[in-house]
Amino acid sequence: MHDKPLTTRIDRQRGPLDLDGYRRAGGYAALRRALKDMTPERVREAVSASKLRGRGGAGFPTGKKWSFVPQGEDASHPKYLVVNADEMEPGTFKDRLLLEGDPHQMIEAVVLSAYAIGAEVAYIFLRGEYVTAARTLKRAMDEAEAGGLLGRDILGSGFDLKLHLHMSAGRYICGEETALLSALEGGRAIPRAKPPYPQAAGLWGHPTVVNNVETLCNVPHIVMRGADWFQSLSHTDDGGSKLYGVSGRVQRPGLWELPMGTTAREIIDQHAGGMRDGLAFRGLLPGGASTGFLTAEHLDLPMDFDALADAGTRLGTGTMIVLDDHTCPVGLCLNLERFFAQESCGWCTPCRDGLPYVVHTLAAIEDGRGRPEDLDILEQHTRLLRMGNTFCAHAPGAMEPLETALKHFRDDFERHVREGRCPYRDSGGQGAGKD
Amino acid sequence: MLSEREREDLEREIGRYPTRQAASIDCLVELQRSRGWLSDAALADLAPLLEMSVDELDSLATFYNRLHRRPVGRHVITVCDSVSCWIMGSDALCSALQKRLGVGLGGTTPDGRFTLLPTQCLGACERAPALAVDDDQHWQLDPDQQQTLERLEELLARYA
Repeated sequence: MHDKPLTTRIDRQRGPLDLDGYRRAGGYAALRRALKDMTPERVREAVSASKLRGRGGAGFPTGKKWSFVPQGEDASHPKYLVVNADEMEPGTFKDRLLLEGDPHQMIEAVVLSAYAIGAEVAYIFLRGEYVTAARTLKRAMDEAEAGGLLGRDILGSGFDLKLHLHMSAGRYICGEETALLSALEGGRAIPRAKPPYPQAAGLWGHPTVVNNVETLCNVPHIVMRGADWFQSLSHTDDGGSKLYGVSGRVQRPGLWELPMGTTAREIIDQHAGGMRDGLAFRGLLPGGASTGFLTAEHLDLPMDFDALADAGTRLGTGTMIVLDDHTCPVGLCLNLERFFAQESCGWCTPCRDGLPYVVHTLAAIEDGRGRPEDLDILEQHTRLLRMGNTFCAHAPGAMEPLETALKHFRDDFERHVREGRCPYRDSGGQGAGKD
Repeated sequence: MLSEREREDLEREIGRYPTRQAASIDCLVELQRSRGWLSDAALADLAPLLEMSVDELDSLATFYNRLHRRPVGRHVITVCDSVSCWIMGSDALCSALQKRLGVGLGGTTPDGRFTLLPTQCLGACERAPALAVDDDQHWQLDPDQQQTLERLEELLARYA
């Protein structure tokens, strides 16, 4: 059996461990060790050495992200650490488990990481729908504060950290780190131009690090057990374990902590129990709505950052959405693009106007009103809305599934146009809904 | 006019941030909790407390998905329409609810009990299709199964 550091203390039946239980299970030992025996610099080095990469979707090396935070006497204060717990990527339900299942692991990770970068204030930016996670976290934060693990002079070390919980009022773009900062400052969640990066000028102009929940939860384990152990958890060069999820019409949709680089075939066949009876696998979105399709030929690729980038997609959040042969790929794209069009913040024209045009075109095809040139129009948009033409990664992310669907499921698009109807809807499968 | 109770709750939110405006979203959520939805009067009550203009506040209230700028029923049903739930039949679930409640998306039942709205991914993709009534999520409401209709009835009965 492989090590499952992130979820080993999680038991959905039992519920989350309280402070005593978490301590008895080895919790807060990493924080104790770091505050007693390690300088912040040593903690940063340990994280860099582990090659931990961000689990929110972008895969940026965490140690490198932290290295851009100004240190020393002259650094601007206060510094902030922000936990991105705005899990709104469609098809993604992994951070929810960590927050609901082991809140003290989250808190320990926050305190330890704040210590590493020298942050005095931390915010957990939590999506408004996660009320169970909010309740669980608040209870744990109260316990931690009473136990001397948050607030002033943590564990007698002289290190102070004030931790706040912010419940979002809901917008997908809040997951983009600079838009998240705009929201935390009480504005519309509009992304900001980079540079300056948040590490230099983030919340209220002060140095700020934004990290995903799963990313941070790895930190205490890395501090306790080191870079070599972390690397040994993985099948590939990207270290650690990974929360992989499956949704769609498989036998047992779910979430599992597995070695980084586990193949999609193993995840679907062994863990999710294969496809539902009578359905065949056609493709998958590896890590949420903004990642490109993979097909049967990719099932044996290791699901890690580099291998999936080489295959023309992204690991994203690692929670895959499976497409079966009774579900319409055009209808699925229409569903995704409607989401992205609605969630565009409206700041830049290509995204604000381009995405509705894509929806309009896809809806025509799905409803049997498509023209052959509509496929060219869609392809054109996948180029026009690429990174560099838009203000942030929202519209480029929206184009990833569409671009790859046009490639892998071209026949389906053409058949819709040729026959003037959705062949899936008429055969009782899952087609698109109302316009 | 803000009630004493509202003012107290709002000031507590404001205290968690270095500027008053930073608490604007938390305050809008809090005021909505107290009043059900955000009327023009609610924004006018809140703006001076945050040292913001009413228009600035309105730009937030109309931006964030969970804030209601129109009246809603006593309970708000949000049906997830994102990709995993769509694959699992959320369209049919939503149609069944519309039929049962006799309202379209965005509509409120004549007795003021329920408002029906679509929502983006609820983060319950492995238990799709999902919906929420107020803050409570309900899962695996497969519209093809007869028992789902019975479950929906039981579920609605819980929210008076």
